[in-house]
Amino acid sequence: MSTPLNTFKTQGLTKVYGTGPAAVHALRGVDLEIPKGDIVVLLGPSGSGKSTLLNIIGGLDRASAGTAYFEDQNLTDMSDRELTRYRRDHVGFVFQFYNLMPSLTARENVELVTEIAQDPMDVDDALRLVGLGDRMDHFPAQMSGGEQQRVAIARAIAKNPTVLFCDEPTGALDSSTGRAVLHVLNDVNAKLGATVMIVTHAAATAAMAHRVIHFADGAIRTVEENAHRVSPDEIEW
Amino acid sequence: MSPLNHKLLRDLWRIKGQAGAIALVVAVGVSLLVMMSGMLSSLQDTRETYYERYRLAEVFAPVTRAPLNVLDQVAQISGVASVQGRITGGALVDMPGQALPVRASALSVPRYQASRLNDFYLKHGRALDPARTDEVIVLDSFAQAHDLQLDDTLSATMNGARRSFWIVGFAMAPEFLFTTAPGEFVPDDARFAVLWLNEDALAAAFDMKGAFNEALLSLERNAKPEAVLLAVDGVLDRFGGQGAYLRKDHMSDRFISEEISGLQATSVAVPPIFMGVAAFLLYIVITRMVQSEREQIGLIKAFGYSDFEVGYHYFKLVLVIAVAGAGLGCVLGLWGGRAMAGVYQSVYHFPFLVFHIEPAPLVSGVGVSVLAASAGGLFVLRRVFALTPAVAMRPPAPMDFSRSGAMNERLKSWLDQPSRMVVRRILRNPGRLFGAVLGVAVGMGLSSAQMSLMSGFDDTLDLTFGVIDRSDVSVSFFETMPAETVFDMKHLPGVVEVEPTRAVGAVLRNGRNSYRGTVSGLPANARLNRAVDKDMADIVMPETGIVLAKSLADILEIQPGEMLQVEVLQGRRPVLTVPVASIAETLLGSPSFMLMDSLNRELRERGQVSGVYLRVDSDQLPALYEALKAMPSVAGVTRREDARAAMQKLMDTGAGAMRYVMAAIAGIITFGIVYNAARIAFGEQARDLASLRVMGFTRGETAFVLLGELAVVVLLAIPLGVGIGYYLSFLIAAGFSTDLYQIPTTFRPDAFGIAALAVVLAALVSGWLVKRDIDRIDLVATLKTRE
Repeated sequence: MSTPLNTFKTQGLTKVYGTGPAAVHALRGVDLEIPKGDIVVLLGPSGSGKSTLLNIIGGLDRASAGTAYFEDQNLTDMSDRELTRYRRDHVGFVFQFYNLMPSLTARENVELVTEIAQDPMDVDDALRLVGLGDRMDHFPAQMSGGEQQRVAIARAIAKNPTVLFCDEPTGALDSSTGRAVLHVLNDVNAKLGATVMIVTHAAATAAMAHRVIHFADGAIRTVEENAHRVSPDEIEW
Repeated sequence: MSPLNHKLLRDLWRIKGQAGAIALVVAVGVSLLVMMSGMLSSLQDTRETYYERYRLAEVFAPVTRAPLNVLDQVAQISGVASVQGRITGGALVDMPGQALPVRASALSVPRYQASRLNDFYLKHGRALDPARTDEVIVLDSFAQAHDLQLDDTLSATMNGARRSFWIVGFAMAPEFLFTTAPGEFVPDDARFAVLWLNEDALAAAFDMKGAFNEALLSLERNAKPEAVLLAVDGVLDRFGGQGAYLRKDHMSDRFISEEISGLQATSVAVPPIFMGVAAFLLYIVITRMVQSEREQIGLIKAFGYSDFEVGYHYFKLVLVIAVAGAGLGCVLGLWGGRAMAGVYQSVYHFPFLVFHIEPAPLVSGVGVSVLAASAGGLFVLRRVFALTPAVAMRPPAPMDFSRSGAMNERLKSWLDQPSRMVVRRILRNPGRLFGAVLGVAVGMGLSSAQMSLMSGFDDTLDLTFGVIDRSDVSVSFFETMPAETVFDMKHLPGVVEVEPTRAVGAVLRNGRNSYRGTVSGLPANARLNRAVDKDMADIVMPETGIVLAKSLADILEIQPGEMLQVEVLQGRRPVLTVPVASIAETLLGSPSFMLMDSLNRELRERGQVSGVYLRVDSDQLPALYEALKAMPSVAGVTRREDARAAMQKLMDTGAGAMRYVMAAIAGIITFGIVYNAARIAFGEQARDLASLRVMGFTRGETAFVLLGELAVVVLLAIPLGVGIGYYLSFLIAAGFSTDLYQIPTTFRPDAFGIAALAVVLAALVSGWLVKRDIDRIDLVATLKTRE
């Protein structure tokens, strides 16, 4: 296969939780292609399947049926060990609740990842990229929510990931902090060329995306390509 | 059921692994308490009942030969309830197919069958026919060891004459709970027999017609035993009285008394350790629970539940675990007690031994255990009370590690990030780490001390049979023999070296302290049976003076250089006052030594020997045994190897199994602590661990963060456990040592090794159990939760 143009490609991706009458169909046969280097925003109500999709293509969860490819690797065939390897080498995660190690300083939280990554960036650079150059030696307990989220982003990008997954990255933040975080994500995409996938409730975020995917009932409703992207600064909160 | 009780049940189910581990620790403590206190009261009661039912004499008064009418004089002594005379004598039993004759005590059974003292329990067969002198009742344990049957014949040599007897019965007797041949310390069912014969048969054999050589006395309730002993000695003196003694100085009773006091000490000391560990575990588990349920607690309080109601809810959880553990412990204790009773019954030859438990001490003991274990939970209630609804409803900030960063600068250079996480968690909560380390260390110390004690028994054997006694065979005579015997013995087949000895019974007295034992006369340059000092060097027997075993010097509270009174119980029964020359190292018995010639001189019996030690050519042993069998003067022949093997067997029956029990105890305490610590660490770090997995850390790398702290606990606990075990072994050895045997305290790497191994294994198992949780971690769900 030649160098793929898509970061992800799924076919008939299905996820069912439970069995029998109690079964919940979180994904109902999703076909999708995510081009390399895009910012993709996934929108939809709670339970519409957007997080489930993110978890499966992020290597955190397994599909019940269908296939999901990362570049030319079939994620649905991978063993646990291979999925771990995949996350370790290619994927950066940013979560709603930051998930920093409380016992490590900001710098150490980033180093946690660079120590095991194949081709990491400089820790100071990563923290500077998120605007935290001067707070490197603080513990999470000594930081605000926005600062913690920026450390989490620094940690996610420090490995030079191929793809960055963000699940409600601004969900716990006020508008100006949230905007700053989106700015960072935009920069990372522009400077590092990483594909960025953002799951969010905040529909306004879509304005900065290359591509917006609307979810409902475990299936994709629409995929819009955004011809007129705006800067995060201009996003109406 | 109230909703809080529903919550209680579900909480219990949720922490079932931890609750189970804690309940197990409580259960072990309570089961030991139940088992040991039950065993204690059972042994005491059984002994009392057995003694009473078969009328064991309260005073034994051996004498050379006294006419029967002397018994009337003894009966007149104030405090004496009843008196009986009997004839006892040494015998050698010739067992078919055995080269060595077996030593035996022959005891007379009076013709009248009234309620006689020192009766026996006839287990099989029938009573002796008073009209016949060729019937014998044999000690049951000996019969079993040799597979004797009723109606077999038994050939015994008494006073030089060999006779055959019909076996008509097998019996057990309270004076032979513990059967040792005279002068030996090691019980061996196969090597010592007791024969009950009709009085006439024994009177004929030992020339005791119309006479007796042992008086048995029972005392009135308010009798003064010491005064009775003095009076009895006064009456029997001119007939060759060898000094009356009380039941408690009877060898069999002394052994069982030592066992009882050992049990008593253990039952007081060991269970509290388990309760302490359980209290610590409940404390950390409930603390963690309250911490993670602060929002729920706030909510419940906001609904209007009082502090007390909420506190009681959590305390009930503690109580349920403690009570369940105690219940399980009672069941295990009863079951273990029954099993232990079976062992005791066979070792101590009780005809019956019913394991029973006094309800009152049991209930109070278990109650105290439950409360002690729950005490840990009480401390946590403070936290519950302190939580206001408003504070509790606010999610906790991330754990603040900024203060634990102080040490980092130095550590940073060589610690990677996961290691830093481990170190900072430890530094943040050093008290918890210390508690866990201490708990594991005490458990390990306790078991290693017990095990090194058991290994100490091996030292006793080595010293006794390797250093002190270097002979191959020892021979004792019925009566003292002229020294020429020694020269005769040299000509027996296979004899390489002969060494004479002269043993006399004596009471050693120093002020208020006295000891009834044997003084061994050793030749000037003893080689086969020696006295050695604590550096294992020969002690040269002084011309005047006595050498005492360390244990004996301790009993008599006497130092070298001080004067000791020795009341010899044989021959012309001189009372000597001799200086204590030096202290000898012995581990079996409490012997004393004098120069043989000096002893004989004091007795005015020059050149007399009572036994010889032989070094022999092993190829010629059978021929030697044949020759010894043919000598009428020989009372007993003991092969050193047999004595050692019997001792070894004694050590192995109870103690060998105990070794595993003790290792299990170290394992259970460690498991309880490490498993709980691991579960709590997992609970506190579940989200962090999930995050690590998401970031691409492998399961192994993630497990390191979780289990690193536990590895530190174990690594710190093992050396501390060695230290604690080392000091505990001194305490326990001192508690176990008696005048019958002493247990040396030596550092036994094997004992500590086994205990450490048990600790490591338990830690590995708990680590493995918790690591399974990492493998099962639901990455998605964990990441979505707040804390």
